[in-house]
Amino acid sequence: MIRKTLSRAALAGLAVMGSCLAAHAQGTLRIGMTASDIPLTTGQTDNGGEGMRFMGYTVYDGLINWDLTSADKPSDITPGLATEWGIAPGDESKTKWIFKIRPGVKFHDGSDFTAESVVWNLDKLMKTDAPQYDQRQSAQGKSRIPAVASYRVVDPMTVEIVTKAPDATLPYQLAWIMMSSPAQWEKLGKSWEAFAKTPSGTGPWKLTGFAPRERAEMVPNKEYWDKTRVPKLDKLILMPLPEPNARVAALRAGQVDWIEAPAPDAVESLKGAGFQIVTNAYPHNWTWHLSRIEGSPWNDIRVRKAANLAIDREGMKELLSGMMIPAQGWLPPGHQWFGEPTFKVTYDVEQAKKLLAEAGYGPDKPIRTKILISPSGSGQMLPLPMNEFIQQSLAEVGIMVDYEVVEWNQMINIWRAGAKDPSARGTTAINYSYFIQDPFSGFIRQTQCSLSAPAGVNWGYYCDPETDKLFEQVRNTFDPAAQTEILKKVHEKFVNDALFLFVTHDVAPRAMSAKVKGFVQAQNWFQNFGTITVEP
Amino acid sequence: MLLYILKRIVYVAPVALGVSLVCFMLVHLAPGDPLTAIMPVDATAEQQSEMRTIYGFDRPLPVQFGLWLGKVLTGDLGVSIATGRPVLGEVARAVKNSLILAAVATLIGFALGSFFGFVAGYFRNSVMDRLASAISVLGVSVPHYWLGMVMVIIFSAQLNWLPPTGAGPGGSADWRPDFEHLRYIILPAITMSVIPMGIIARTVRALVADILSQEFVQALRAKGLGEWGVFKHVVTNAAPTALAVMGLQLGYLLGGSILIETVFAWPGAGFLLNAAIFQRDLPLLQGTILVLAMFFVSLNLIVDVAQTALDPRIQRA
Repeated sequence: MIRKTLSRAALAGLAVMGSCLAAHAQGTLRIGMTASDIPLTTGQTDNGGEGMRFMGYTVYDGLINWDLTSADKPSDITPGLATEWGIAPGDESKTKWIFKIRPGVKFHDGSDFTAESVVWNLDKLMKTDAPQYDQRQSAQGKSRIPAVASYRVVDPMTVEIVTKAPDATLPYQLAWIMMSSPAQWEKLGKSWEAFAKTPSGTGPWKLTGFAPRERAEMVPNKEYWDKTRVPKLDKLILMPLPEPNARVAALRAGQVDWIEAPAPDAVESLKGAGFQIVTNAYPHNWTWHLSRIEGSPWNDIRVRKAANLAIDREGMKELLSGMMIPAQGWLPPGHQWFGEPTFKVTYDVEQAKKLLAEAGYGPDKPIRTKILISPSGSGQMLPLPMNEFIQQSLAEVGIMVDYEVVEWNQMINIWRAGAKDPSARGTTAINYSYFIQDPFSGFIRQTQCSLSAPAGVNWGYYCDPETDKLFEQVRNTFDPAAQTEILKKVHEKFVNDALFLFVTHDVAPRAMSAKVKGFVQAQNWFQNFGTITVEP
Repeated sequence: MLLYILKRIVYVAPVALGVSLVCFMLVHLAPGDPLTAIMPVDATAEQQSEMRTIYGFDRPLPVQFGLWLGKVLTGDLGVSIATGRPVLGEVARAVKNSLILAAVATLIGFALGSFFGFVAGYFRNSVMDRLASAISVLGVSVPHYWLGMVMVIIFSAQLNWLPPTGAGPGGSADWRPDFEHLRYIILPAITMSVIPMGIIARTVRALVADILSQEFVQALRAKGLGEWGVFKHVVTNAAPTALAVMGLQLGYLLGGSILIETVFAWPGAGFLLNAAIFQRDLPLLQGTILVLAMFFVSLNLIVDVAQTALDPRIQRA
């Protein structure tokens, strides 16, 4: 009897120990970010894609989220805090959208997420006289939702959003807008500064510690509404390490378990030391945005195609230790909007020379032009060696380029000002990296006639009524499948007309310790940290 | 003495005004747009213009300067446009961290520099002199950020003895001089101490050699004073100049550590400046430069006063 009792007790003890171990064995993940500060914690983050990755989709949700579950296909949008949406029944203007709110969702502070919360958050960005209006969040968020004209609560679980004109890309725009807790803001004396220290969203992670410019600590939100995204880890720590060598050193010394964007020349040695290098395609584009103003050599489609055929992208891949995907078009190969362009972006020097000869250029009459580049910058990969490589490739076919090198922030200003602006210094292309995750950021902003600089960022003043007509169709097609078909046509036009110099796509390299398990690198700028565990 | 100190403090006022004007103009004349820090890069011209008005960047520069200066005089350095946090708090935190690093680095630099300087000065033209001089020349010549990276590769990446980045296991908030935190400061402090060590060594060497050749030293020896006694006299005579150099080096380390603090992700004023520059966070940049400049001016004042206290002849000059 005593023996039986003892063995039961031992078994029970083992079970308790086992469950304790299971609960605490998932570990802490420490990440070295490239940002120099912890991204804005109040909801609408700063620091671009990295900010949203680490402080947006972790602590917060949007009405619509990105599906980050698969590494095998480009991710698309998915229901977030709204379970369904669409044009209001009977609305012929196609501008009234109805969003059904997900029931039972709570903010980290315990308050309910309702339709009121949505309107409160939109006021936070759009309504300058609202008490909760926050200019920092507005600066980051308002420009993401240019289609929104007005919004209202229909009932506690329904929101209506009205657009300025029919715009089927609204769901993509709303995927940028993060929902902060009105109750927490009230509780903290209506202060965004206080809210930044103890923020409250509905996301899978709760921010528990925050030292500006040094670290942020998060723990799982075990009550998260999407059980597939409830984090397995015990803790997530973010550390800003803007200097690439410092990030590599911190990883090697075991100070962090994961670093963003290791320098390409460190990749091989990291692999040799047993670290994992994780890469994947994602909607990023490293390109030359061509000027189409009068006098630009790029106005001739034969010159544009010749330049595209002159670049040895596989050679460039070697230069970057394999850390790139050679471009076959504007979007990465395999993207759902890639379509079937007839112009094949390959390496064909003879064909390039032939096209240039047809255009009236040759060894005796080379094209001479100036291109604007930066020595570094967000998403710019390694711009100096990459552009030197292109310079040599183009010279082989008779396109002689000189570079105007300007500092990254200055280049952003020139990019905003447009090719006609004196600040462009007579250059005929600008080397720029694009976030191309949704129809607007991917296609429309760079090429729509009405968005020519400085009204928008159509830097090169490209204007084609046919392309504009396609964009109109994109905005007026509310069925996602039909919209995808039109987006394929847009991409085919981009490639067939060789609108840009298609060079490469980044692969979002991350280096991590072998102890990090379960990470699925989605083909997206944002990532899901819920599946990850760290072995002791 | 009090009058002298007061006079020096009065001199600080025009210097401070000049510094604030220069740092404001430099920051505004540099290319780049502060809106880069706070807006997505593809925000439309209309949205940028709206935000420019909200932040007051649409006003003429003299007006912006006047408003900024007015606030500075009341102790308000404004709010960082990138983070929304008060600049004063940000700078105070960063300067505290830089002070810790600079103090440790100066201590190392002064101790080693004085040692090498005295050795070289006392044993001029000997092997020891050449060795000490070579070390000091190396200290001044080697790019310190390069040295930092090499030390990180050796002591952090290869040997895994010391942490390569940060100010402590939990950041700088709970910094205290215990082993856990001092481990983090060793590499950046040594890297930082190399230049002051070289400069102090060269200064002290020249000073010691000069003092030793003076008549009063011969007189001391002629009076039968032992070598230890002579040494003490040499130290007393060399101290004011060595201290002045050390003070200037401390000031230099506070403001000049941008590369080292970035390499080691040390959350000090240099790291802050780097972030402010890349984000075009004008209020933060102006505030940090001003505080550092005023720190430098104050240090000069303190060194002057200390020198006067040590050597009253300076006051008369």
